[in-house]
Amino acid sequence: MSARTVVDVSPLPKFAFGHKGLVWWGTVGFMVIEGSMFVMALIVYFYLRLKVQEWPPNLANPGITFATMNLVLILLSCIPNALAKKAAENFNLGAVRLWIVVLTLIGIVAVVLRGLEYTQLNTRWDDNAYGSITWVLLSLHTIHVATDVVDGGVLAALMFTGPITERRFVDVSENSLYWYFIVAWWIPIYLVVYWAPRWL
Amino acid sequence: MEHAFSREGVPIERVEPYPDEATQTRLRRELARTWYVPRGVIGWFSVVDHRTIGKRYIVTAFAFFIFAGVLAALMRLQLAFPENHLLNPDQYNQIFTMHGTVMMFLFAVPVMEALGIYLVPLMVGTRNVAFPRLNTYSYFVYLFGGIMVVVALLLNSGPDAGWFAYVPLSGPDYSPGKRSDFWAQLITFTEVAALAVAVEIVATVFKMRAPGMSLNRIPLFVWAMLITAFMVIFAMPAVVTGSTFLLLDRLVGTHFYNPAEGGDTLLWQHLFWFFGHPEVYIIFVPALGIVSSIVATFTQRPIFGYTAMVLALVATGFIGFGLWVHHMFATGLPQLGLTYFTAASMIISIPSGIQIFCWIASIWRGRPRLQTPMLFVLGFVAIFVLGGLSGVTLAAVPFDLQVHDTYYVVAHFHYVLLGGAVFPLIGGIYFWFPKMTGRMMSERLGVVNFWLLFIGFNVTFFPMHILGFQGMPRRIYTYPAEMGWGTLNLVSTAGALLLLAGGALFVFNAVRSYVTGTAAADDPWHGETLEWSTNSPPPVYNFLHIPVVEGRSAMWNRSDPAPVVTGIRTDCREVLITDVMDAAPVHAYELPNPSIWPFLCAVVTSAFFVGSVFTPWALPIAIVPLAITLTGWFWPKRPTRDLPTREAASPKLREAEG
Repeated sequence: MSARTVVDVSPLPKFAFGHKGLVWWGTVGFMVIEGSMFVMALIVYFYLRLKVQEWPPNLANPGITFATMNLVLILLSCIPNALAKKAAENFNLGAVRLWIVVLTLIGIVAVVLRGLEYTQLNTRWDDNAYGSITWVLLSLHTIHVATDVVDGGVLAALMFTGPITERRFVDVSENSLYWYFIVAWWIPIYLVVYWAPRWL
Repeated sequence: MEHAFSREGVPIERVEPYPDEATQTRLRRELARTWYVPRGVIGWFSVVDHRTIGKRYIVTAFAFFIFAGVLAALMRLQLAFPENHLLNPDQYNQIFTMHGTVMMFLFAVPVMEALGIYLVPLMVGTRNVAFPRLNTYSYFVYLFGGIMVVVALLLNSGPDAGWFAYVPLSGPDYSPGKRSDFWAQLITFTEVAALAVAVEIVATVFKMRAPGMSLNRIPLFVWAMLITAFMVIFAMPAVVTGSTFLLLDRLVGTHFYNPAEGGDTLLWQHLFWFFGHPEVYIIFVPALGIVSSIVATFTQRPIFGYTAMVLALVATGFIGFGLWVHHMFATGLPQLGLTYFTAASMIISIPSGIQIFCWIASIWRGRPRLQTPMLFVLGFVAIFVLGGLSGVTLAAVPFDLQVHDTYYVVAHFHYVLLGGAVFPLIGGIYFWFPKMTGRMMSERLGVVNFWLLFIGFNVTFFPMHILGFQGMPRRIYTYPAEMGWGTLNLVSTAGALLLLAGGALFVFNAVRSYVTGTAAADDPWHGETLEWSTNSPPPVYNFLHIPVVEGRSAMWNRSDPAPVVTGIRTDCREVLITDVMDAAPVHAYELPNPSIWPFLCAVVTSAFFVGSVFTPWALPIAIVPLAITLTGWFWPKRPTRDLPTREAASPKLREAEG
């Protein structure tokens, strides 16, 4: 029987962080899709702005107290988020547990603050097109925050119950990446929802 | 702190004696056990295997194709004679809307993605798609969405505002009832399904190619699917946004498309066509990949101008996003803007032209075998060139204004879509049928099938060009005899019956061959790409060993015996992850087992989508079950290697134990 060349990959690791791994590609794929939706919604906002003289049309500007608090909170969450990601990539279980719990708590506070934000919008979705797009922009982001809070909560529970594998650490790391995505989108959404009515 | 998890190691290349038959049988048995396709009722809903899901997707898409084809035949019968009363106007509206909607959203896009689901893992040399459970979820969401809209039609609640559902006609004021809501939610269903598949395909192509399949060795079909996936990812969010706004306008009284409250009706057209034009290419680009596969195999030559072909596909992908306003030339947009879109619409014929010339060159240099798949390719070239030419004429604003909303446009897009996508697709089915089923389709029936479809197609659609020039508008349920459109309409209807016969013969041939066809060899056509290296039909694990690719034509550049990958675990669903550029091995990765959760999640998603046709409370009601099913889906199984000890972390040691 003849011989053949084989490439023995058994020494390779069973997981990888970041773009070397598969989870990253799934996460980034959905980030791109959802990012496209944010972009579409923002384009619609400015498109609708062009259709009327006054902005907001016959309505008061939205209040910014809770929204700004939320902005500060969400920006600060980048610190525990970075620490969680780093801990995960070092397989530091104790630190991962700590920071992922902190992040989940921050997420819950952010959702509560978001609920209060709706009370300050000074418009309903069915007042006019401005109200409609304002509600949609804010809700689109809220859905992301809420989803990640649930997702992060489940992941946090898993980090306590086990089984602990390398892949859980990869999950924590990619979850942190996704949280950065949510944080990054809050800046333009915040500016458009709360400041564009004042500036435009 | 030193952690217990290892990430060291590089692959080892060595020469080994060829394994004996007993070793290979043992390996086969173990892989078959690991990659089992579950049986039973629950098993049927838990399948995560890309071949099974791919085949279901293809069969389902063809079922919708037949359904929409019958609707088309009804329309043609209605239009065969002036002042005909076979259908009433309301039925006609529902039927033409459903014909377009089903063909575009439930047939054309899904069937192309289905081929990708089936073929991409085989062509890149891996064992499943990157996210198998997402694949299952996608299929059921697609299936339930399709069932919803067909049931709506049967209950006389079928969408009736055209396949692009322009507002204000589809809005709350002019379309009371639930017809437009079903349409809007069908969009949500199909886009969720399509986006899921797109993400899978990107990850599979980028990260799961067999070692050696560097970017410049990816088969053209896989390139086409990759570019399609990217187009889906960037185009579909626009229509999801648009159709969600439509639903919100209708359901909770938002004002996106209501000019009285600061909304805008043209906003809908922008959102729809920013998706709708790339959509044409989402359907067409995979077909280009099919054509390349068939041409290479039936000329026994690699495609002429590989790099030019890939760049042409990429260029099509980009330019496809710059054309949408050419669907809106008649809306009174600024002239200067229109000229840009005229130019862009003409420019896109350049990459298409490059590809056509590359195929002609390939056929010229090779000795083409004129078997059924190749006949369909030649039919495609003829019809698509005609459709492309009428497309270039429509890109000119003055001409477009003249024939806007006439049968000229209907003729054009059927030449492009049927010629550009359905002909290659049917050729592709003839081509890959032996791989998928292990049986050949009848060649004799295939040739008859081709000529029936080719003649039927031209007899149906060519007269429509002339009807368009004569001023016959689209979407009218009948016309007075004095218009003089009767003869050409009758000819067109006769052609449609030929087309229907061709379609029926195709289904007959497929079913008969599936049951009694000649057994197919593993590589009946002497194909170029990796799917032909495995059995027909492929085993559940696709390949006994992950192959190592030695050239651009994986099958034709193979040494004997071919080099393979070893060291992938066979007792769990492990696959090899490679890097994006060179497909060098990076790590091994365990894919999930079959699970019922993606199906349950699809049920909840579907209930939510259908529920939101009727009430906004569907969202809060769906949240908890959705969270539960998603958690079930992603809940980690008892790991194959869970102990955080150095022993467990060393794969070599585990192998030794195993």
